[in-house]
Amino acid sequence: MNLFSPPPLTHAPHAHAPVSVGRVMLTVMVALVPATLFGFWLYGWPALFLWATACVSALLAEALALRLMGRPVRPALMDGSALLTAWLLALSLPPWAPWWIAALGSAFAVVVVKQVFGGLGQNVFNPAMAARVMLLISFPVELTTWIGPGAPLPGFADALAVTFGGAPLDAVASASVLGHVKTEFTRGVDLTHALAGHWSLADMAWGHRAGSLGETSAPFLLLGGLYLIARRIITWHAPAAMLLGVALPALIAHAVVPERFGDLAYHLLSGGLMLGAFFIVTDPVTSPNTGAGQFAFGLAVGLLTWLIRSFGGYPEGVAFAVMIMNAATPILDRYLKPRIYGRDRKGQSLRIDKEAAR
Amino acid sequence: MKLFGFRGGIHPEGRKQGSADRAIRALPLPERLFVPLQQHVGAPARPVVRVGETVRKGQLLAAGQGNISAPVHAPTSGRVTAIGDHTAPHPSGLPAPAITLEPDGEERWIEAEVPADPYSLSPEEIANRVGAAGIVGLGGATFPSAVKLNLSRKSGVHTLILNGGECEPYLTCDDRLMRERAGEIVAGIRLIRHAVGAKRAMVGIEDNKPEALAAMRQAAAGHEVEVVAVPAMYPMGWDKQMIQVLTGKEVPAEGRSAEIGVLVHNIATAWAVQQAIGLGRPLVSRIVTVSGGAVAEPCNVEAPIGATARDLFEFCGGFQGEPARLVLGGPMMGHEFSNLHVPMVKGSSGVLALTRAEIALTQAAPCIRCSTCVRACPVGLLPLEMAAHIRADDLGGAVDLGLRDCIGCGSCSYVCPAHIPLVHYFNHAKGELASQEKGKLRNEATRKLAEARTERMERIAREREEAARQRAAKKAAADAAKKAAEAAKSTQTSEVAA
Repeated sequence: MNLFSPPPLTHAPHAHAPVSVGRVMLTVMVALVPATLFGFWLYGWPALFLWATACVSALLAEALALRLMGRPVRPALMDGSALLTAWLLALSLPPWAPWWIAALGSAFAVVVVKQVFGGLGQNVFNPAMAARVMLLISFPVELTTWIGPGAPLPGFADALAVTFGGAPLDAVASASVLGHVKTEFTRGVDLTHALAGHWSLADMAWGHRAGSLGETSAPFLLLGGLYLIARRIITWHAPAAMLLGVALPALIAHAVVPERFGDLAYHLLSGGLMLGAFFIVTDPVTSPNTGAGQFAFGLAVGLLTWLIRSFGGYPEGVAFAVMIMNAATPILDRYLKPRIYGRDRKGQSLRIDKEAAR
Repeated sequence: MKLFGFRGGIHPEGRKQGSADRAIRALPLPERLFVPLQQHVGAPARPVVRVGETVRKGQLLAAGQGNISAPVHAPTSGRVTAIGDHTAPHPSGLPAPAITLEPDGEERWIEAEVPADPYSLSPEEIANRVGAAGIVGLGGATFPSAVKLNLSRKSGVHTLILNGGECEPYLTCDDRLMRERAGEIVAGIRLIRHAVGAKRAMVGIEDNKPEALAAMRQAAAGHEVEVVAVPAMYPMGWDKQMIQVLTGKEVPAEGRSAEIGVLVHNIATAWAVQQAIGLGRPLVSRIVTVSGGAVAEPCNVEAPIGATARDLFEFCGGFQGEPARLVLGGPMMGHEFSNLHVPMVKGSSGVLALTRAEIALTQAAPCIRCSTCVRACPVGLLPLEMAAHIRADDLGGAVDLGLRDCIGCGSCSYVCPAHIPLVHYFNHAKGELASQEKGKLRNEATRKLAEARTERMERIAREREEAARQRAAKKAAADAAKKAAEAAKSTQTSEVAA
């Protein structure tokens, strides 16, 4: 520091909040822990193996992609985004799916959906949901082979055979509630009869059901979501709107045609709705950037989910709904902007009411 | 009192304890004072003293010139030793004109004429005296206060708001001033209210300054000055935010606060007004917060204008460890300086020596569109979108998103988890736009001159042609006349001959 030191190249502010991208990702992962542990407990070792495979392959695939592009590998791996993507994908897969489903899905999510579009922050679609949709369309059998909560859990060695050895699952396979209902509809069985013996509100509420690895436990997912809201990582807009988007049509339709449309609890507690509401539609990269935009986004995802569940060819619609709305995000961002201080919604300077100014 | 809502804002760590708990201390006179001629918005002052001249404290050193300008006075008695360049309080650290004063240590004030009852002065007279005392906005904007007073009186202001927000972290100069000199501030407030004819006077103070609130409430009792606690939140000290919180009114984007009947002054400005009118003392010193993790004894110093950063740091026990960054002003909007010879000016609210841990320097990461910046922006802008446009060199796109409404408060940069220097982008773009506009004006002027020249040349050529034609016609006429004359002559001759 002397008379002739060059002018500094720094810029205000000269202080910073103790935050970083890595910390944001880590907080989301912490929020996922309860639901994930519940999944491990409910579905046993194969679930843990599947989750681990997804995480490891995402990191390997990202490292490889960055190397091929000649970009620095370490900072991108350390930000935790690839790990979080893989984690979310694993939670949305059938818990006893073979290892290559997780590996392929993770690699697709990280390389094709994220890095090809320019890396972190540049992807148009939610990587976990895009990968899940790709897997569902390509490998419908593996992606719809569920394990009922009553199935006997394998030991460590048998579990290795389930995940890595291709052991047949026919003996323990079960249908998800949404899938079962859809199948029964095709046989002309109405909702009331289809649900008999397949539906217990308490089991559904706690997550004792056939479903994806981490999407079954509404209380634990809600806990994680509230934690993220409290930590100001996400806001209430998108989750509340998505739940509302499913709840409103569910209430109305069920009131009108109860034997055709599921009730509120049926919709809110099944499929990937809770995981989607708190961890998928809140993905900052692929959702709008204002509160109003996020609300509209969540509401549309909810409505589309209900529509697909009720009228679509697939029993569950969260992933499709999310992808459709991801594509619409730039439009929402274009029209739903905050009002600028001293200007009206159209951007014109406020006019002064001379009388009121007195 | 009912407060009104506002948008955005952040809660940066205050880090005010160190300096807020100590009483204001007067800086002993340094060996030399370097008084810059440009300490305000507007035209620089013009020196009216000569090298070698002895001056008294408060004597005029340089007079304001033009409509928007402010005079500069001697911060102490002594001798003018130089009028020339000195390091400017600007990030470039480039030299700027200043008057060097060698104190004689006697602090002899000028003899001032003080009115027996300042409230008997006419509003115009108060504004004149405020202008002559060189008072500028002491919150940091440094706009000449007299200009604001005159403008407000003419447009008819009903509410006077005194800004005691002091929302910048570290800074406590206004806090201490309110705790220690509340009576003088309230007297200044009443003078300003008298000068603009406002009905209502309100002081907004952040609720993290309970002592200042208590002192001001006590001093204001019986004077119809409302002291209001406002929530501690950055940027509460932004005048438009303060107006919105206290009155619920919004200043139009393309207008001034006077248009909605409100005038905002900093509380330190009110103190300076009281000093100028009540005691006849021009603005020659100010309270500066000396703070930061690298300062041994952070405190508030009453420093004469022209004392250097080195004088202040040394008075506060010097550095403990090597400072990672030196900052003039607060950490949110202040700027770095590297040369300890920079002098304190009227707008210097603080000098900070920050440690590496305090500035939290981190490499920028990619934007994850988390929109924390959107929630933080007090103006209602989309910082992430603006930065994306600027990065792609699309300044027009950034302007459409409201770049010109950005106040550069730094809230977005502060909360950005990716540590993207958003304000840096915006200030770069604003500078680029300004230079583009300047270039456009220059081109326009050049084009006009060129057109005028072409026209002039064409006119000259036309006139020449015309003149030549006229000459030719005249000649032809003359020739014809001559010929006719000759012909007539020859006829005559022939007749004669015949």
